[in-house]
Amino acid sequence: MTEAKWPLFEVFIRSRTGLAHRHVGSVHAVDAEMALQNARDVYTRRGEGLSIWVVPASSITASDPADKEMLFEPTASKIYRHPTFYEVPDEVGHM
Amino acid sequence: MTVPLFDYVLRLADNALVLGHRLSEWCGHGPVLEEDLALANMALDLIGQSRSLYDYAGEVGGRGHDEDALAYLRDVASYRNVLLVEQPNGDFACTMARQFFYSAFMHPYWQAMAASSDPALAAIAEKSVKEVAYHVRHTSEWAIRLGDGTEESHRRMQAAVDELWPYTGELFEADAIEAALIEAGIATDPRPLEGAWRATVANVLKTATLTLPATGWMQTGGRVGRHSEHLGHLLADLQYMQRAYPGAAW
Repeated sequence: MTEAKWPLFEVFIRSRTGLAHRHVGSVHAVDAEMALQNARDVYTRRGEGLSIWVVPASSITASDPADKEMLFEPTASKIYRHPTFYEVPDEVGHM
Repeated sequence: MTVPLFDYVLRLADNALVLGHRLSEWCGHGPVLEEDLALANMALDLIGQSRSLYDYAGEVGGRGHDEDALAYLRDVASYRNVLLVEQPNGDFACTMARQFFYSAFMHPYWQAMAASSDPALAAIAEKSVKEVAYHVRHTSEWAIRLGDGTEESHRRMQAAVDELWPYTGELFEADAIEAALIEAGIATDPRPLEGAWRATVANVLKTATLTLPATGWMQTGGRVGRHSEHLGHLLADLQYMQRAYPGAAW
């Protein structure tokens, strides 16, 4: 099995109760159609999902882990961005 | 005295168990992890179908046989599966061809049986038709990719189709055991399904750039207990534990 003939696909599944597809893992497959079937066979054996997306892993542009400090740490000091300073009246109930 | 419904259900159950066992032989040997799981999933679908069918056969047989007695304590000549399903796995193309031929037949078969006047069979059919629909999809996609793939995969897929073709005729046989059950709306008549099966197979083979074999002489005998030498070896493997340790429980 070579990476060229069996490229990697990332698998996203929407669960019975979920609204959004969630990344669950990856499969190798000869093409997108077979990747869907492989994803079904590998990741939905216990009734996990109602919908599957597969995306060629090569189509994903990922952030560089080395940029972690630059990209993500500056937000740590900006707690005012969290909506936790509002009084929520009891009548609103669960938000 | 034989009970026709018992014999009939046993044929369906044996088909499912023997083919399910064949697929289970791939477990841990699949060409890639993903396909290893796909083969095991299909095996479990078939073994699940066989369990429901054995359970029902035991019920209508009236001799107190349970599913284990029927699966583990009958010898080759008492097995009633078609010869196609006991054929060895061969290479991956062979396993796919065997599965495709069988599933393309069982899909319309279960569809028809969902309307059976026998509620137990109708319920089993309704569950099985969904499982088999996926088996048709998965195996036909592989037949297409192998047939329309490399020179070697094309050669192997064509060889598998040619090798197993003479075992497909038996799928469409109906004998005296079934005649009255078909008449009563209990059993599915396989004969009218041949046209749809041929159309499905011809369509997939054409897309796969493979040649549909000429309809020639067909093998027969499995449904009355005349099996190829392969079934004995399969049952030795399948039944070993119950034969060596009778009544052993998990």
